[in-house]
Amino acid sequence: MEWEVVIGLEIHAQLKTASKIFSGASTQFGAEPNTQACLVDLGYPGVLPVLNSDAVSMAVRFGLATHSSIAPRSIFARKNYFYPDLPKGYQISQYELPVVHDGWVDVVLDDGSRKRVGITRAHLEEDAGKSLHEDFHGLTGIDLNRAGTPLLEIVSEPDIRSAKEAVSYMKLIHQLVRYLDICDGNMQEGSLRCDANISVRPIGRHEFGTRAEVKNLNSFRFIERAINYEAERQIDIIESGGSVVQETRLYDSGKDETRPMRSKEEANDYRYFPDPDLLPLTIDLQTVESIRADLPELPWEKRERFVESYGLSDYDAGVLTTARNMADYFEAVASGVGDAKLAANWVMGELSGALNKAGVEIENSPVGPDALKGLLVRIADQTISGKIAKDVFESMWAGEGSADEIIDSKGLRQITDSTAIQAVIDQVLVDNPQQLEQYRAGKDKLLGFFVGQVMKATRGKANPAQVNDLLRRSLDA
Amino acid sequence: MHTRTLAELAAALRDGEFSSEELVGHFLDRIEALDAGLNAFVTVTREEALRAARLADSARAEGQAGPLTGLPIAHKDIFCTRGVKTSCGSRMLDNFVSPYDATVVARLKAAGVVMLGKTNMDEFAMGSSNETSWYGPVRNPWGHDKVPGGSSGGSAAAVAARMAPAATGTDTGGSIRQPAAFTNTTGLKPTYGRVSRYGMIAFASSLDQAGTITASAEDAAMLLGAMAGHDPRDSTSAEVPVPDYLAALETPLSGIRIGVVKEFFDEGLDSDNAAAVGKALEVLRGLGASVEEVSLPNLGLSVPTYYVVAPAECSSNLSRFDGIRFGYRAEDPKDLTDLYKRSRGEGFGAEVKRRIMTGTYVLSAGYYDAYYLKAQRVRQLIAGDFHRAFENADLIVGPTTPTPAFDIGAKVDDPVTMYLNDIYTIGVNLAGLPGISVPCGFVDGLPVGLQIIGTHFDEGRLLNAAHMYQSETDWHRRVPSGMLPESG
Amino acid sequence: MALTRRQVENIANLARLEITEEEIPAFVENLSGIIDLVDQLNAAQTDQVEPMAHPLNMVQPLREDRVTEVNERDLFQENASQLESGLYLVPKVIE
Repeated sequence: MEWEVVIGLEIHAQLKTASKIFSGASTQFGAEPNTQACLVDLGYPGVLPVLNSDAVSMAVRFGLATHSSIAPRSIFARKNYFYPDLPKGYQISQYELPVVHDGWVDVVLDDGSRKRVGITRAHLEEDAGKSLHEDFHGLTGIDLNRAGTPLLEIVSEPDIRSAKEAVSYMKLIHQLVRYLDICDGNMQEGSLRCDANISVRPIGRHEFGTRAEVKNLNSFRFIERAINYEAERQIDIIESGGSVVQETRLYDSGKDETRPMRSKEEANDYRYFPDPDLLPLTIDLQTVESIRADLPELPWEKRERFVESYGLSDYDAGVLTTARNMADYFEAVASGVGDAKLAANWVMGELSGALNKAGVEIENSPVGPDALKGLLVRIADQTISGKIAKDVFESMWAGEGSADEIIDSKGLRQITDSTAIQAVIDQVLVDNPQQLEQYRAGKDKLLGFFVGQVMKATRGKANPAQVNDLLRRSLDA
Repeated sequence: MHTRTLAELAAALRDGEFSSEELVGHFLDRIEALDAGLNAFVTVTREEALRAARLADSARAEGQAGPLTGLPIAHKDIFCTRGVKTSCGSRMLDNFVSPYDATVVARLKAAGVVMLGKTNMDEFAMGSSNETSWYGPVRNPWGHDKVPGGSSGGSAAAVAARMAPAATGTDTGGSIRQPAAFTNTTGLKPTYGRVSRYGMIAFASSLDQAGTITASAEDAAMLLGAMAGHDPRDSTSAEVPVPDYLAALETPLSGIRIGVVKEFFDEGLDSDNAAAVGKALEVLRGLGASVEEVSLPNLGLSVPTYYVVAPAECSSNLSRFDGIRFGYRAEDPKDLTDLYKRSRGEGFGAEVKRRIMTGTYVLSAGYYDAYYLKAQRVRQLIAGDFHRAFENADLIVGPTTPTPAFDIGAKVDDPVTMYLNDIYTIGVNLAGLPGISVPCGFVDGLPVGLQIIGTHFDEGRLLNAAHMYQSETDWHRRVPSGMLPESG
Repeated sequence: MALTRRQVENIANLARLEITEEEIPAFVENLSGIIDLVDQLNAAQTDQVEPMAHPLNMVQPLREDRVTEVNERDLFQENASQLESGLYLVPKVIE
């Protein structure tokens, strides 16, 4: 039987506020345990939550970017359950009336096609603390620094049909929240996390199968692997005559498998009810419109513009708009060079390669956009060849100076004087009589050999097009 | 000096008749002499009180005294007090020292008020008799075998026995007004949102409100002025300006329309109580008010509504008591669940457990709509009843309780009978209205309270009517005999 | 509506309350009585009535996003009974 996987993702994005969603404690990552947990975060007796205005406006930004409705009135509710990293014994979340609902995004799949994924809702809630399982004499340590960090939980429709689509969707959300500057997207630190609801059904069937919720997917790779594992597990169960149990499972990246969560075994009854400590959150049209006016150019808008105004391929435009910083870098370079394709190739090629190798973010690149522009201008005006440019780039990366300084100090200026090139060619032909004879006897492939000899003699500085042209003429004479 | 009202003591301090240190010392001595028999205090902060009194005296000497500077009061042990044990009447918090002050405490402290100590109360404010406290029942100064009411029973008994000239309290379903009625004190429950709830250990967040138990309406006005107002730490505290409550106290009542609630005079009302309330109405009429009957047809549903809403909220509010960060922690838990269950099982008393379980049940899957949502709808009906009644009345008046104080132990094993005792007070909390109970007579030597209810944020008129009533009567000046070893 | 013993045990478990064998009958009786009391709500006609979550018709005020709290861990942890390296300790948590 042919099976279809049906996936919906619940993505938790930590919002980039300075303080927590309901308290004035810092959200900074990595502090000493419990030093950023104030009375409100600790759930001390008598304390009360007060909502952070930036958390709200960030949620609205997300909603507007995803064609969603912004609820003029939304409600905070309590989700009640006992867990040591949940100090109050309830999580403040939104249940029946979320702040953002009914939107969509168009995800670019690997083959370049677009797929629309519905956003059911995005609601504000507070993050929990962390349980540290290192052995404290057989006990668990609780750090509540993270408790109360604002989260936007983004719930998709079950529109996703493969692990790869899920990754593409996740990447789009990752890209979007960083464009919107509402989340740093650092998946390793848990700033962006995801749970997947996965079920399978025979192709052609309309009803959904029983789903399992897989938690703890904190990298693109784990999302793909966990979904594939889980889908196969479910198919195996059904094909061997069993039925899938609705449950919460945990992805174990070490073993590359999913397993039932012990803590969730007991069917939870969260007893949601409106939080009486918080009043209805109202957002008026004027606020929505002022946030809308403040939205940056969105990734898909930028991508389209790059295709239209720079003549780039959709693929290249996609790569260059992955992150706002890269797109900005590219535009700064392209505007000065006048050859967008050249700028695109360099940003995606040499520059990205060097950044990856060094593990440096583009905004901290030792070769800034102006410097790279200085280099590319010299390729465009034929002062140096593309090949020499790579060497110059390396020197620039090493901090040896600007492109012009390096070209001058190393004498790398391209030789475009035909007479000079012809003189070198003549010498090469004299030095290699045997190869010349073979070439003239029909061994065309030796052209490359002669080009190499000429370039070697000019230390790569001869204009390659001219070398080719003149060589051919001399050889075929 | 203890038979004087707070206003009179303030005047005496101002006139230099005695110092704050002498005044505070006097009340501390009274607590020492009397509280063993009444059990109204959980903690007495003698040293801190005397130190604060001396500071108040120096402030006064430097001309820095405000109207409340140097006056002693007691705080219900539900208010967090920095560096002082805050037990909420529970074993759960017997070892809890608050690292911060509740807003009410901080505001009164800033006004120069001196804290004498923390008063006993029903555990987590859940009770109408002060019998659910981990520290044992409080006795009524008007009859030691009687309950003082609850949950602010310690505060009421402390003021009734003049161990403190005034005390704070909280009122979720009548917890200020009912004990005030039982102890011949004046109990003010302000509008929901009038006073910050920050630092007041939550029982039922949509109903809880801080208020005062005092010897007079004038005293209540003095304290409310210092306590009220928006608090940026409490989202539910209203951004409504605080008027000068004292300035409005003497406004004549002529032309004021008083609505008497028909449903309050039901078969549950003790006939002597009814007679005392009837006489009070005559006094109000004599002051120029017109009295007419109003109806609150859904009042009978207020107790069932309350016993869904309040337990639901409390079941969630009390989940934070898990033995991990503060409070009682069970010995040698065998696993995490055992830690939770035994810390909570051993730390909470029976009534708190009953309410947590009731609340857990009414919120649980399959029952939410039938109970919680239904109760919220009925709550709307009850609020609507009051709203309509106020179309024809400026104030609503009736008895505070169906009977005078009952015997200790009489209802302790029968929660439903206990709950029904709050029939006249609960509706006010559901609608978020201000209410006050003022002494209006005695039945067999036990005090009776007259309840006056106003519209949202109309505490000024409420206090005005109560004050005018108290200027025509002297019930509120009576103190229990045998409680006065020396006259002040 | 009378609650069963099993229901009471389930509720106690959901609320993480240890109740002893001897306590159960009294809880069953008391809670059943309370539920009987609240069942009176069924008599009310509420079809067209909006639920009332809050006594005042106010909206949520918002806080400026500013860090106002400082580290007071030592003070806050004075009320905790089991700590190590600044962490609150609990019996082993199994995920």
